[in-house]
Amino acid sequence: MTTDALHNGDMPIIHAGFIPLTDSAPLLIAKALGFDAQFGFELRLHREVSWANIRDKTDHGIFDCAHMLAAMPIASTLGLGRAPVPMIAPMALNLNGNAITVSNPLYAAMANADPEATRTGGMAAASALAKVVRARQARGEPPLTLGMVYPFSCHNYDLRYWLASAGIHPDNDVTLVVIPPPLIAEGLATGHVDGYCVGAPWGAVSVINGGGHIVATKHELWANSPEKVLGVRMDWAERNPGLLKPLIMALLTAAQWLDQPENLDEATHILAQAQHVGVDAALIRRGLAGSLIRHPGGEPGADADFIVFHRYAANFPWVSHAIWLLTQMQRWGQITQALDMTAIASQVYRPDLYRAAAQELGLSSPLTDMKAEGDGQAAVTGDRGDIALGEGRFFGGESFDPADAAAYLRSFAIRNGPAELLPAREPHLPLC
Amino acid sequence: MVMIPNPVTVLPAASPSSDLRILVIDENPIRCAILQAGLREAGFANVTVLDNMTGLLDRIYVIDPDVVVIDLENPSRDVLEQMFQVSRIVKRPIAMFVDQSDRATIEAAIDAGVSAYIVDGLKKERVRPILDMTISRFRAFDAMRAELESTRSQLKERKLIERAKGLLMKTKGLDEEAAYSLLRRTAMNQNRRIGEIAESLISAYDLLKM
Repeated sequence: MTTDALHNGDMPIIHAGFIPLTDSAPLLIAKALGFDAQFGFELRLHREVSWANIRDKTDHGIFDCAHMLAAMPIASTLGLGRAPVPMIAPMALNLNGNAITVSNPLYAAMANADPEATRTGGMAAASALAKVVRARQARGEPPLTLGMVYPFSCHNYDLRYWLASAGIHPDNDVTLVVIPPPLIAEGLATGHVDGYCVGAPWGAVSVINGGGHIVATKHELWANSPEKVLGVRMDWAERNPGLLKPLIMALLTAAQWLDQPENLDEATHILAQAQHVGVDAALIRRGLAGSLIRHPGGEPGADADFIVFHRYAANFPWVSHAIWLLTQMQRWGQITQALDMTAIASQVYRPDLYRAAAQELGLSSPLTDMKAEGDGQAAVTGDRGDIALGEGRFFGGESFDPADAAAYLRSFAIRNGPAELLPAREPHLPLC
Repeated sequence: MVMIPNPVTVLPAASPSSDLRILVIDENPIRCAILQAGLREAGFANVTVLDNMTGLLDRIYVIDPDVVVIDLENPSRDVLEQMFQVSRIVKRPIAMFVDQSDRATIEAAIDAGVSAYIVDGLKKERVRPILDMTISRFRAFDAMRAELESTRSQLKERKLIERAKGLLMKTKGLDEEAAYSLLRRTAMNQNRRIGEIAESLISAYDLLKM
């Protein structure tokens, strides 16, 4: 057990778990470039192979903190499917970075059904997929299977949102399964899955080996949307305030470093190492640079915001993001009782802890804890100057007002369960 | 040599705990075998072992396990957890321990490198001996593996030292004892292991004679 900072000489140690993905970079860089030592602690990284391991080892104090999917601290705090462990997210690690890839046969079917929509990609591609789904249903063929990485993940929620936007019910019209990134290429090749949503660099793997096409990126669906956060057990954070702040400062420093284009080579080199992401450097580099190849043998594209580490207030733990996640968790029946979304979101996502760290670094922090999505806002007011927000695409022209999340939740036609949830009772098991 | 610990003796109860269906998912055949042997000796005869995830969906449905054990190094743990929640894959929902009072057991399991899932509603006292045996066998395997690794590297180091001694004897005209003494002194002075010094010496010799 490693809580409460066992010391290595004179520096306290913080144990952090991570999954080998490009967006674990802030942790990897903080360690590799010595930002941990700069802020007075030693970061010990632990590479894991499953989100279940990340969750369990953080729950039980083997890790003090971890690279986590944005919804994981919420799921832990609510005790979804297991005993509740209050978890907080005092900062986000990145925005975007995921991609939706489909197999060659499915791509061919989509291109045949709606060549324009398929070529456009992004939200439009879902309507091409919908035509394929309906045609298969008419012919009595089995439903398509799509993979994602974990039930409490933006991969799951974004994929479902994308499908539902074109009238596809993610549980009735297709089958969604969990598939771990290293097994994805094989899954596509064997036909175990017809497509998947996964994080960088794995989205590119099937394209490079000629097995699939990227039809949408997370950034195209919801520009500059939450993906990974730093997850910390609440009781560790409360007992170690003197460690949490330097930890956030070190990771913020790493995130800023990652956004500098001149650091691309070094970042690629560090991430590609076997004990880090351990995937072909060229793939990692293209993801970091946003020069994705979407089709086998195709030319690299140019999307500088394919993955974002610091700009656009990327590291700020927006309470509104947590509220959005809660709406989707309820929409799909992972949460079956009504709850006070703002209260839960504010308990888990902690802008106050972020601001304390950012302030010491002289970085500007947003003045508000929430922001609306899809309202065209170009910047937010910060305590040391405005912060630009980047593109504002939100699922093809929709919008989200966190002040009326209940109405937003009720607005979805495609969902699991009734529009009005039961009043809060006891914890429960998730359905999907 | 590490001895496999004696099996836990489970007194057969009136209720057929021994009829519990146990599924072990482990890609390591040796560890799997010692676990299966231990469970059998403890009275759990209904143990199915899967060493890979192929066809897991269909097999899980047929086996209808009460307890599922999987090692933590298996990247498909997330796949498995999701399967447990889907009613067309498993006949009865399966969850990891949700009882707070089992934190100690879960921690022991995590420490040993294993995770266990039990079917909803199954009393944890019935499952306890299975878990204890699993944790104990995983630990034993780990100790065995560490000892094997240690033996292997000791053997490798011994061979390197023998060769380095030979080189020193030949090139510097030393007897065996003096050659070894030189290696040991150098290791101490440089605060390195004698095997490392031997390895460096051999590399240098190979380079120089080319």
